[in-house]
Amino acid sequence: MLKAFFERIRQGHRTLPFPPQEEVLPTGFRGRPALDPAKCREGCKACADVCPTDAIVAGTKPAVDLGRCLFCNECVAACPTGAIRFTPEYRMAATRREDLVIGAGAPRLARPLGSERQLLRRSLRLRQVSAGGSAGCELEASALSNVVFDSGRFGIEFVASPRHADGLLVTGPVTRNMRSALEKTYEAVPPPKIVIAAGASAISGGPFMGGAEVLDGVEKVLPVDLYVPGHPPHPLTILDGLMRLLGRIRSA
Amino acid sequence: MAIRSIANLRNGEAVPLDQIPQVHPESFRSSILSAAATGHLVAFFGMSEEDHVRLIAIVARDGEPALCVTSTMVDAAFPALTPDLPQAHLFEREIAEQWGVLPEGHPWLKPVRFHRSYRAGRDAWGRSEGDSLVPGVMDYFVVEGEEVHEVGVGPVHAGVIEPGHFRFQCHGERVIHLEIALGYQHRGIERSLEGGPDKRTVHVIEAIAGDMAVGHALAYSQVIEALSGTEAPPRAQTVRVVALELERLANHAGDLGALAGDVGYLPALSYCGRLRGDLLNLTMLGCGNRMGLGWMRPGGLGAAFQPEVAGQISGALARAIPDLERSFNLIRKNSTVRARFEDTGVMPRATCEELGIVGPAARASGVERDVRHDLALGGYATAAIPVATWSSGDVFARARLRWLECSNAAGYLRDVMRSLPSGDVRRNPGELAPDSIAVSLVEGWRGEICHVAVTDARGRFRRYKIVDPSFHNWPGLAVVMRGQPISDFPLCNKSFNLSYSGHDL
Repeated sequence: MLKAFFERIRQGHRTLPFPPQEEVLPTGFRGRPALDPAKCREGCKACADVCPTDAIVAGTKPAVDLGRCLFCNECVAACPTGAIRFTPEYRMAATRREDLVIGAGAPRLARPLGSERQLLRRSLRLRQVSAGGSAGCELEASALSNVVFDSGRFGIEFVASPRHADGLLVTGPVTRNMRSALEKTYEAVPPPKIVIAAGASAISGGPFMGGAEVLDGVEKVLPVDLYVPGHPPHPLTILDGLMRLLGRIRSA
Repeated sequence: MAIRSIANLRNGEAVPLDQIPQVHPESFRSSILSAAATGHLVAFFGMSEEDHVRLIAIVARDGEPALCVTSTMVDAAFPALTPDLPQAHLFEREIAEQWGVLPEGHPWLKPVRFHRSYRAGRDAWGRSEGDSLVPGVMDYFVVEGEEVHEVGVGPVHAGVIEPGHFRFQCHGERVIHLEIALGYQHRGIERSLEGGPDKRTVHVIEAIAGDMAVGHALAYSQVIEALSGTEAPPRAQTVRVVALELERLANHAGDLGALAGDVGYLPALSYCGRLRGDLLNLTMLGCGNRMGLGWMRPGGLGAAFQPEVAGQISGALARAIPDLERSFNLIRKNSTVRARFEDTGVMPRATCEELGIVGPAARASGVERDVRHDLALGGYATAAIPVATWSSGDVFARARLRWLECSNAAGYLRDVMRSLPSGDVRRNPGELAPDSIAVSLVEGWRGEICHVAVTDARGRFRRYKIVDPSFHNWPGLAVVMRGQPISDFPLCNKSFNLSYSGHDL
């Protein structure tokens, strides 16, 4: 007992000060891509050609669809002029699917829920459903509960039953075999309720896009209120998105 | 002249497909039974050959550095191996489901992933195209009797975890039998890889099991290297070892915490949860992604390994491993935790060998089975890593073994980092050899990962077979639950921590 107590003291305080204090992830972490169209050569589509999920539209106004992007670096390696690069920026979640398509400008991050669902602002209980997820997104979501990210500080917690939940956090491309279970779980959540699609697979099908056994994302089955890009999304990307959805982070 | 019934193949070797003997089904059966008597079935799968199905079996024999490969041609049925070789049980169910070929005499023939047969109009259960396939709906083993009841759990579980259906036959609190129905995560991976490799292939491979992305991507890279005759540069070989061991460290640390959490011992849960994240961040330093995506690539690495990163990883490990040891000691020395861990979910060594269990679950029952040692390739061939085992086969053994493996991995990495070769990290693999077969095994943190590729006349994938360690081990979890209180299921489940997506593909 005493040993556990001393170990507790030794382990110290590990919770991140985010939010409100912004986190800075190390250089090299592949977060939100940044485009510099001025560097694009006429007619060059080297990035689009190598992109495994066709997330890039090349041309004079290049754009990247963060909902499809696997953050894999193939485009950066293929670009002859350095017009595309990955930044350590983790803030990427959006409330509208079209806001995930980013060009050279600043992206439009998630906005607070409408007035009819503002009662969820002070606490949010989520039921997680893995619908073909590979455990990558699930592990990053469950990391929110550890002492480092500690989403419980903000009333954000995962619960065991959909009947205790305010919404679903769905991962994976939604396999045919999980469709019915996902729909039933959604039905079991009392209204008002929200749906969060976390990860490239849940948003667009990701690497499984177009496959015969998957439905290419949650929005093919349920209305989605928050899209969290990443492959898998960093826990901070999920936390930032949730806090924005609840109207508790509003900065650009 | 005697006809060879078995070919020998090294790990990471490719040979022309016509060098694999094709024998009569009876001879196929007896060859496998004799080889598996002192080893285990690594892979057993079908492949379409005109309007027939060619079955290929790969067996690893204990203490032999070569794999035994044999094949046979079948159409509607073949004599099942399962009655004499229980570890073939899921493989034969998979063959039946994928190809509509009946393993005659199979005692437990049920679907595995609930998808349509790969051969139109050939269904092992006689279902027509119009019949709907509902995952989890099949004949379950039912126990009847007074006060016997059934408990069904899933597919959606209480935790942040993947979906699967568990059906318990109980007498009071005691579990008489557990049957596990999976397939909810089936994404059609093997079929989607046919005709490849293409620009998406490696990304699909990395998503087979997202928490074992490095292991699967390494197995895939070795397949491509074998088929194209490429050798990854020495620096890449060493960094691959670093990546694979970091993946092991992070997941084992997370599992130790989760095991403590499952018996309500929260201090170790908190510390190990934090340590898991710290270890994932080392993988991120190495390649820019916490799960190691983009790190392993055919021909070497997908990211240059900067010299300063080696120093950062070594420094961080020197801080994290003593913390992990102290956390494990909290678990080890706490009598209430010990009371829950000891003699819970015991897998005897004989059961382990009979079921062909792999990875930490096998080693925790005293079976010295480790690809890094038995079929060492790349960095593990130049610098040997010690193999840890424990004998009690219970939840405690599986926890203890995880710590031993963490300790070994940390010591190993300390030495490896000091002698990191210099030079480039990637060679461009060329065209793949046509009409060939390549086998690649990697000891991922969950156990033996096996990838087999067969190419067509143009050097494209004609068949790509993946065997995730979970495919071997799920039946092990079901067996250790027999006679246990049902309340120990979460703990037993966590002590195996198997992948649903890796099994379902």
